[in-house]
Amino acid sequence: MTEKFETDVAIVGAGPAGLFLVFELGLLDIKCHLVDILSKPGGQCAELYPEKPIYDIPGFPEISAQGLVDNLIKQIQPFHPTFNMGEMVESVETLGTAGHPKFRIVTDAGTEIESKCIVVAAGGGSFMPKKPPIPNIEAYEGRSVFYAVRKVEQFRGRRVTIVGGGDSALDWVLNLHPVAERITLIHRRDAFRAAPHSVNAMRELVASGQMDFLLGQVSGLKGEDGRLSALTVRKETGDMVDIHTDDLLPFFGLTMKLGPIAGWGLDLHENLIPADTEKFETSTPGIFAIGDIITYPGKLKLILSGFHEGALAAQKIHRYVYPDKRLVFQYTTSSTSLQKKLGVG
Amino acid sequence: MTKITYNDAVGASRTVDAQDGSTVMETAIRNAIPGIEAECGGACACATCHVYVDDAWTEIVGKPSQMEEDMLDFAFEVRPTSRLSCQIKVASNLDGLIVTTPAKQG
Repeated sequence: MTEKFETDVAIVGAGPAGLFLVFELGLLDIKCHLVDILSKPGGQCAELYPEKPIYDIPGFPEISAQGLVDNLIKQIQPFHPTFNMGEMVESVETLGTAGHPKFRIVTDAGTEIESKCIVVAAGGGSFMPKKPPIPNIEAYEGRSVFYAVRKVEQFRGRRVTIVGGGDSALDWVLNLHPVAERITLIHRRDAFRAAPHSVNAMRELVASGQMDFLLGQVSGLKGEDGRLSALTVRKETGDMVDIHTDDLLPFFGLTMKLGPIAGWGLDLHENLIPADTEKFETSTPGIFAIGDIITYPGKLKLILSGFHEGALAAQKIHRYVYPDKRLVFQYTTSSTSLQKKLGVG
Repeated sequence: MTKITYNDAVGASRTVDAQDGSTVMETAIRNAIPGIEAECGGACACATCHVYVDDAWTEIVGKPSQMEEDMLDFAFEVRPTSRLSCQIKVASNLDGLIVTTPAKQG
């Protein structure tokens, strides 16, 4: 079932810049809907380094990346933004005109969001699975090589090789074991980052001969017409060995790629979106961009720059959302109407 | 000044001055050394500053920490001499250090 939403502003990316934009737009009575490919808000801060301290957030001599995200989520709570997490925006369709923009975005899960404006706050792009640099791997992708499991049944009766040492690898070893003909796990060392109970369960399966574990790294693929027949593995000892397999599931974590944004018709410069420094609007009227994904003379990839860019973009967005209303600049310290919106008045 | 040499996967070699107290990754970025991406900016969170330490230097540079070992799982073509360059601190005892960047970062 496809879900449909209507909102004032669709924000692509729920990292710090996108989250704080909800606050700036909320003060102007503008509703937001955020979409992010990750399962939880916070972008790189939450995904890559939640426990790392950040020292250059104004007013916080030291704050953990997750702490900053938690604070931002608390800060935007009065404005009740809608979130669609774990979804990637695939396409953007223009419905309105340059003067009265209106857009429809569609995610890979089929969710449709109609909005008056779009703000791209996608940071380094979409987090996507890392592809191991094994020669010719692309030829097998989608038929024998998978970076995520969509349907468990697809692996029934297959010889499946899983590569990696984290929770994704171990979880799929255990989940696919009952359906696959044979599971082989390949990891470069005999230590795992995964939850200890998963590791223990895997070791028991190996000890009782129900699956195989191999120390090594995959260096080559054999097969034809996109169908794998074997993997060449360099074992820890340096010996090369062929492992018969039908399917390969490599789990090497995530990396950031621009992804579908490249196809939205926006001008791009070296995988970044050029934006003007007054309104942070892109080459398409009504589509804005803020944060690490944009470029302009003097651009710095700092969280505080993303905050500033959002505040300025909000001013122009207000003109699109409320063309007949005059925007009066107000401070949260003194404006009773802003304080009412924040629930503190 | 401590000198560090970065070899790339196809054999090109660049020697640069490194500031003591900085990291081998930061020195690479400052000097626009290709082959080191440092996507996360040095937080030991991405494995895209992977290097191979020259055999003669592995003992002086030392072994990766547990956290770094975990992160190396996300790198490709990991060898016994693999390190993440954001975790190697430059000091005068590393003068002359040679590292090689892999053919592909994660």
